[in-house]
Amino acid sequence: MTGKEFYIDNFKIFQEKLNGESKSFLNEIRKDALKSLSELEFPTNKVEDWKYTNVTPILKQNFVPAVNASVPKITEKEIQSYLFQDFDCHLLVFINGLYSEELSIVGQLPKGAVAGSLRNLTKENPELLSKYLNKISITDNAFNALNTAYALDGLVVVVPDGIIIEKPIQVLYLNTNDKENVLSLPRNLVVAGKNSQVSIVANYRGAGEKIYFSNIITEVFADENSIVDLCKIQNETDDSFHIEKVQAIQKKNSVFNHYNITFGGSITRNDINSRLDGENIETHYYGLYMVNGKQHVDNHTFVDHAKPNCMSNEVYKGILDDSSRGVFNGKIIVRRDAQKTNAYQQNETILLSNKATIDTKPQLEIFADDVKCSHGATVGHLDETSEFYIRSRGVPQELAKSMLIRAFANDVIETVKIDPLKEQINHMIFEHLHRVEIKTE
Amino acid sequence: MLSIKNLHANVEGKEILKGINLEIKAGEVHAIMGPNGSGKSTLANVLTGNKSYEVTGGEVVFDGKDLLDLDTETRAREGMFLAFQYPVEIPGISNATFLKTALNELRKYKSLPELTPREFLERIKEKANILGLDETLISRYVNVGFSGGEKKRNEIFQMLMLEPKFVLLDETDSGLDIDALRIVSDGVNVYKNEKNAFLVITHYQRLLNYIHPDFVHVLYKGKIIKSGGKELALELEDKGYDWIKTEEVEIDKA
Repeated sequence: MTGKEFYIDNFKIFQEKLNGESKSFLNEIRKDALKSLSELEFPTNKVEDWKYTNVTPILKQNFVPAVNASVPKITEKEIQSYLFQDFDCHLLVFINGLYSEELSIVGQLPKGAVAGSLRNLTKENPELLSKYLNKISITDNAFNALNTAYALDGLVVVVPDGIIIEKPIQVLYLNTNDKENVLSLPRNLVVAGKNSQVSIVANYRGAGEKIYFSNIITEVFADENSIVDLCKIQNETDDSFHIEKVQAIQKKNSVFNHYNITFGGSITRNDINSRLDGENIETHYYGLYMVNGKQHVDNHTFVDHAKPNCMSNEVYKGILDDSSRGVFNGKIIVRRDAQKTNAYQQNETILLSNKATIDTKPQLEIFADDVKCSHGATVGHLDETSEFYIRSRGVPQELAKSMLIRAFANDVIETVKIDPLKEQINHMIFEHLHRVEIKTE
Repeated sequence: MLSIKNLHANVEGKEILKGINLEIKAGEVHAIMGPNGSGKSTLANVLTGNKSYEVTGGEVVFDGKDLLDLDTETRAREGMFLAFQYPVEIPGISNATFLKTALNELRKYKSLPELTPREFLERIKEKANILGLDETLISRYVNVGFSGGEKKRNEIFQMLMLEPKFVLLDETDSGLDIDALRIVSDGVNVYKNEKNAFLVITHYQRLLNYIHPDFVHVLYKGKIIKSGGKELALELEDKGYDWIKTEEVEIDKA
C-alpha cells in the first residue's frame, strides 16, 4: 500500500489517537478533506502547474503522520543550535509539526493577542478558530487535502484590532526522527486585525537519520491597515521533502511582506498566493533559493489584484549549483476592476554549474487598462569580469566568487528587517557556498 | 623588478603580442604608447593573468619569481596592481567590504595582522584626502553610479590603499577632464618612490605631462618598435604614429 491509500488508511489510527479531540469543529473539516483526498490525485507532470516538478519520489515513500509516529526526545540545549539568535523574540517550537510546550518561550503578549498552537486553541477557543481556519485557503490538490485531513497542530497567531506585537515571533519547525519516516503537517493561521502589526520568522530545520515530508498550509488574513511580515527560512535536510502553500487575503491599506528563502530539501515546492481584496494594498514577495547536488526547488507565486490602486512587487533570486534544478512561475492577475495597479516582478538566476537548470515563467494576465506592470527574467553565470577584477586586488578566487554571490543575493537579503537575522542568513549563504555542514550539536 | 622576454600572447586564437622585451627597474616610470589595436591592453591583461588572454611564448620575471606561473590573486599579493581601463561595477559589494577584504588578504600573505576597523578607517581618510575624494564613497557599491572620472579616481584610491610595488596604468587618462587628470596624476606622483615602479599605458601624450616617464616605448603590431626618453612622447604627439610606422616598414625592407 503506497501513497493515497496509505494516508487514507492511516486516518483511522489518527482518529483513535485523537480521543476527545475528534469531537471538535475541526474534525468535520478533516473528514471533508479526507473525502477530497480520496477523490483527488497527487499532481503529475501532465498538470500545467506541476509540469517541471515530479513528485513521484515523495509518493514512493510512506510517511507516518507525526501523531501516529514515535516522538523524539529533544532537549532545550539541542534546540539552541537551530534558532536564529541575537534578537528578542517570542519562541514557538514544533517538533515534526506538533507543538512543544516545554521548548517554547512565549512572553507577555498584548491583551487579546494569541501566539500558540492550533491543537491547544481547538480546545480553548474553537469559536475564534472556526471563523478563519480553512476559510482562506481552498484545496487545490491532494497535498492540500492531505494537510487538511490530518490538520491537528500548527502556528496560530491572532492579533486583535489596533494591537502591535513588538517582538518578532520565531517559530522553529524542527523535523527529526531516527526510527520512522515521518509526515509533518503544520497547519498555520495568521490573523492580523485592523491596524495591527506582527512579524513572524518561520524557521524550518531538519535533523535525524530518517527522511521526512513537511506538507504545510499557511493561511494569512491581513485586515484593513495591518502589516504582516512572514519570513520563511527553509533549511530542511537534503533528502527530505517540503511542500508549502501560503494563502493570504489582504484587506484595504494592508501590507504583506513575504520572504521565502530556501537552502534545504530534496524536493521543495512553494505556492505563495495573495488575494488583494481592497484598495491601496501593498504586497511584497522576496525569494532566494540556493541549492546544490540534486536538489529541486519550485516556487509558484500568485498575486491576484482584485481592486484598484494596489501595488505588488516581487523579487526572486536563485543560485543553482551542481545538478540542481529550479522552477519559478510568477503569476499576476490584474482583474477588470483593478485600475491603477502597479505590479512588478523580477526573477534572476545564476547557474554555477553547466548541469544546473532553471525553468522560469512569468505569467501576467491583465484585464484592466490603466495599469503599470512589468516582469523580467534573467539566467546567467557569475560575471567573469567582476571576478577577475576582485581577484586582481589579491582576493582568492573562491572568496571572490562568494563575494559576488552574496552581492547577488543582497537585493533580497537587505530587505529583511531584523538585522541579526539578516546577518545569520548571510552566514548561511556563506556556509552553503562553502559546503559547510549547517551546524548541529 | 620586472623583466619581460620575448612575450607572445593570443586573444581568441589571434596573435596580438609578437615578442615583447622590456626591463623595468625599481624607481622607474615607463610609458608604453601606441595606436589602437597595437596590443597595449593585451599586455596589461597578460601581466595580471587574465584567463581570456593566452600566453604562447616568452617569460616574465617579477622580483625573481616566474610571474606567468602565478594566478591573478597571487600576482596581486606579490605587489602587482592594474588600474583598469574600464573599472568594473559591482552592485551589492561596498567599497569598504571590497577594500577591507583585499587589504586583509594582502596582509595575510605577508603574515601581517588584519587592520583594526579604526586603522582601516584612518587609512581611508588619509588616502581619500590625497585624491579629494568624498569619504562617503566608501559605503557606496564598487563603481556603481560613478562617473568615468570617479571610476578612474577610485582605481588610484585602491592603489594608494593597497600599496603595490608595481603599478600598471591602463589608459587611466581616457575620459578624464583636465582637473581629474591632475588629481589622478597627483595621486600617482605622491605614491611614486625608488622602491616601486610604474608602467603607464596610454594612447596620448597628455598624461605624460603630469606623470613623467623615464622611458617611452612605442608598441606597434604587437612589438616594441622604438624606445627612447621622455622626448619620444613629445615627438609622437607632434608627428603622430605614422612616421614610426614608415620607419618600421623601412626596417622590414632592410
